[in-house]
Amino acid sequence: MQRGAREYRSVTHIHGPIMVVDNVSGVAFGEVVEITLPSGEKRLGQVLESRTNRAIVQVFGTTRDLDTDATTARFTGKTMHIAVTEEMLGRIFDGIARPLDGGAPPLGEEERDIHGSSINPYAREHPRDSIQTGISVIDGMNTLVRGQKLPIFSGAGLPHNLLAAQITRQAKVRGQQELFAVVFAAMGITHEEAAFFVSDFTRTGALERAVIFLNLADDPAIERIITPRLALTTAEFLAFEKGMHVLVILTDLTNYCEALREISAAREEVPGRRGYPGYMYTDLASIFERAGRIKGRTGSITQIPILTMPDDDITHPVPDLTGYITEGQIVLSRDLHRKGIYPPINPLPCLSRLMQTGIGPDRTREDHAQVNNQLYAAYAQGIKLKGLVAVVGEEGLSETDREYIRFADRFEREFISQGPEEDRSFEATLDRAWDLLSVLPEGELRRIDESFIRKYHPAYRGQKE
Amino acid sequence: MDMDGDKKCRGTIIRVTGPVVVADGMAGARMFEIVRVGEEALIGEIIALENDRATIQVYEETAGIRPGEPVTGTGRSLSVALGPGLLGTIFDGIQRPLAEMHQVSGDFIGRGSSVPALDPRKPWTFTPRARPGDRVRGGDVLGVVPESPSVPHLIMVPPALSGTVATIADEGEYTIHDPVCTIRSEGAEVELTMVQYWPVRAGRPISQKLDPVDPLLTGQRVIDLLFPIAIGGTAAIPGPFGSGKTVVQHQLAKWANADIVIFVGCGERGNEMADVLAEFPRLEDPRTGLPLLNRMVLIANTSNMPVAAREASVYTGMTLAEYYRDMGYKVALMADSTSRWAEAMREISGRLEEMPGEEGYPAYLGSRLADFYERAGRVRTIGTEEREGSISVIGAVSPPGGDFSEPVTQNTLRIVKVFWALDSDLAYRRHFPAINWLSSYSLYTGIVNRWWNENAGPGWESMKSEIMAILQKENELEEMVKLVGPEVLPERDRLTLLEAEVIRESILMQYAFHPEDTYTSPKKLYRMVEMVFSFFALARRAVSSGVLTETIRSLPVKSRLARMGTVPENAVDTVFPGIENQMREEFASLGRS
Ligand SMILES: Nc1ncnc2c1ncn2[C@@H]1O[C@H](COP(=O)(O)OP(=O)(O)OP(=O)(O)O)[C@@H](O)[C@H]1O
Ligand SMILES: [Mg+2]
Repeated sequence: MQRGAREYRSVTHIHGPIMVVDNVSGVAFGEVVEITLPSGEKRLGQVLESRTNRAIVQVFGTTRDLDTDATTARFTGKTMHIAVTEEMLGRIFDGIARPLDGGAPPLGEEERDIHGSSINPYAREHPRDSIQTGISVIDGMNTLVRGQKLPIFSGAGLPHNLLAAQITRQAKVRGQQELFAVVFAAMGITHEEAAFFVSDFTRTGALERAVIFLNLADDPAIERIITPRLALTTAEFLAFEKGMHVLVILTDLTNYCEALREISAAREEVPGRRGYPGYMYTDLASIFERAGRIKGRTGSITQIPILTMPDDDITHPVPDLTGYITEGQIVLSRDLHRKGIYPPINPLPCLSRLMQTGIGPDRTREDHAQVNNQLYAAYAQGIKLKGLVAVVGEEGLSETDREYIRFADRFEREFISQGPEEDRSFEATLDRAWDLLSVLPEGELRRIDESFIRKYHPAYRGQKE
Repeated sequence: MDMDGDKKCRGTIIRVTGPVVVADGMAGARMFEIVRVGEEALIGEIIALENDRATIQVYEETAGIRPGEPVTGTGRSLSVALGPGLLGTIFDGIQRPLAEMHQVSGDFIGRGSSVPALDPRKPWTFTPRARPGDRVRGGDVLGVVPESPSVPHLIMVPPALSGTVATIADEGEYTIHDPVCTIRSEGAEVELTMVQYWPVRAGRPISQKLDPVDPLLTGQRVIDLLFPIAIGGTAAIPGPFGSGKTVVQHQLAKWANADIVIFVGCGERGNEMADVLAEFPRLEDPRTGLPLLNRMVLIANTSNMPVAAREASVYTGMTLAEYYRDMGYKVALMADSTSRWAEAMREISGRLEEMPGEEGYPAYLGSRLADFYERAGRVRTIGTEEREGSISVIGAVSPPGGDFSEPVTQNTLRIVKVFWALDSDLAYRRHFPAINWLSSYSLYTGIVNRWWNENAGPGWESMKSEIMAILQKENELEEMVKLVGPEVLPERDRLTLLEAEVIRESILMQYAFHPEDTYTSPKKLYRMVEMVFSFFALARRAVSSGVLTETIRSLPVKSRLARMGTVPENAVDTVFPGIENQMREEFASLGRS
């Protein structure tokens, strides 16, 4: 339902990012507000609460220079929309979709509510096409699948951008030549970080197939609430109307959550853990659940959200709630980074929940699942023993124990570690895994069927079955 | 859901904030009444009343709704429709069928659509069981409908009604809205169809609660062996993200020996629901050979669907469970995740500006959880026949940061009898199911031992306690090794460590995605435990005659034990003796060398 716009000059309170307008009537919940400052400058807002004659408005941008006298609020009668079109490919916008590249605003093919609607679970197609990222520790142990939401949990100063750019460059579904697109949304990252992505996309030609939304560190924090939704609304249009396979990169979700916290504090809501609002799970879900595939439609949305864990703490509410919603996580480790290993992905806390359906005989290779299991078991055992050795020394360790320690070291250097331009196939990754597993006595490979050992173990390679 | 009632109040919206709407002029409205909100007639429920002002939680998105729009009462509480056609269906949290919604509003869920829960046109074959003149009361069977090949659906007299059967339909095809029976009750004639309605927040009556006696067999070794749940029992499965709560619940939905499974996806992932919808029709019930979806009802209110409907979803699921229990079925209800339900409660409570309790949860969190789990149990049903039915409840809990000291986990632990504590360390090393054997427990162990002793074989109880003892000892020894190093361990202790490793690898670890390992029958489980004990006996003898544990560790038969789970059920009798022979030979050769 839409109604005409109404304008009021009755702003009565301003507090943090919140503005109260009184003596209004018939204001809709979620309605967009155009605010005109005494100077004539315009800002945007959105109705957070509507009462018979009062509206509580969240102001995007700052509330600096707003006053309770001359400021006007124009209630537009519409919820927040974006005009979407294929012409957005190759363009760069700010965090609220104004062109940053000097071009004119593209003429929309369609206006869409940026909050979208929930995909009917019945309409979802279970994702099963595995993506080869060319990165062993991801492809071998936490395979990404088209339509998945798989975040990168990073920490300040870790090379998550380098990794995200490498994934964007190398990601492919083998044997398929299909329309793809990248939608990139920055929330509160620095100019330098944003420039890194833009120049990497330019260098590889990905820019032509990308839509970029930039809310940078010095842009208004509250706009960050909108940026990912603009990005996902665009992605949904490209995926489900235009049949493209869209990779959405959202960075940095931690900044997004801080904006949520700020609004919640200004509204004096009962805070949840560490001051974040109690509805943060639901709010994040409204972003992450917009990944997926839909039955009968060609396109897909794959999400790689990036977040930095404050203090490298995986139990912090931002990574914690994210992990509860997404379909796994890729976790970067400061220890591996210090050892000079790139990508510094610690496989143990990583997970890809959709891997099961994406791997196997017809998709990657028949031994994939079991090799993966064995790698996990062996690396975990090696790490555990290394921890023990650090405290009590090597004495009393059996020969097998020592082999596990050797395995863990080589695994980090030869399997996890690879170049930022190195692109390994699934087979290359799995063969590498076998080479390393053969460091261990064959009897230790209890997670792998004997038939696969006969077929893939280096000791039997080249022998007839 | 049926929306018609007699007294309908009509008021006006004065406030909208997220899923909560306040309306004035609602004189005559009742607490928990269903109302239609705004010009789009969104579905809402009254959750607070003050004079003629009603606070309403709205089950759909409220963006665009304005003060001044109307609110209309329906005179009914949030109710579900109970009748043939529930099985194999996927509903949202307020029982709207998602397949039909898809036809009406497309791939994305629209607003204000009211699609009937049960197909009003589908014909069902009704066979009468009652005769005119019969005295009947609530729970008595009037007729039966083959809802699915394995589930005869009893058409029962609604709980509060009693009287004399005046007319009853002949055997034939009827839709759920065709009258099939009239009952003369207190001078009036009541016409009954195959569908009845029940308010979800109230439990359906029973005649008597009975104590649990038998295990709910889950086919999951660590559960059936160490931490069993009883039929009619309650279990909680808390764990950090990615530790395996959903997989365990799916495994139970697939393999537990329940007649009916109600799976409530409460605030979780859409793709997990798509997974169930894609996978379950392809899986066969091991006992009937029929597709598993035929015995199942799915309630899917995913994390991005409206939060108020998430709050309602567990009650919707429970009421469906009670309905099938009343027919005399063994029902298992899984709720994934009860934490999301609690958070929905918290969110609504926050919007109502109620006094927050611990971590912002409302003070009534504990009592709501208790009321929910209280609806589980083995019961004697109402009705002359006094059937026996049961509801077993398995609730996932998602504690923030994996910290079990938080309110939802703690309040749940006070109520449930089984605690499967999932552990991220085990999950990290891909030991699945990641049920921590040191912190988990079951209060049904004593009760279900009888069944195992009678049905599986002798010595069950003692083997089981020895397994627990070995695992406990392993933990103590590992703590010691961490302090002083492994070299001080005497050979006897090294053997204990090896035994614990064999227990973990050969029995406790169970890979859900392996076609054979995914399910283990009681008989096979018993054989596996026996095999492990044969190994222990030989190993102990060898060590006492001077063989080093390290030598035993490298025996090839150890890998074969680790793969016992993957041996097909029908090959156990041929393969296991072979492993046992190999075991004897390998130990014998140790003696020789
Ligand atoms: N029994 C099992 N066998 C094999 N893999 C398992 C098993 N249990 C869990 N897993 C693995 O662990 C992953 C995570 O499990 P699951 O989705 O059940 O976690 P969860 O506890 O429900 O997490 P969340 O709270 O985030 O929903 C699965 O995708 C699967 O890869
Ligand atoms: Mg889960």
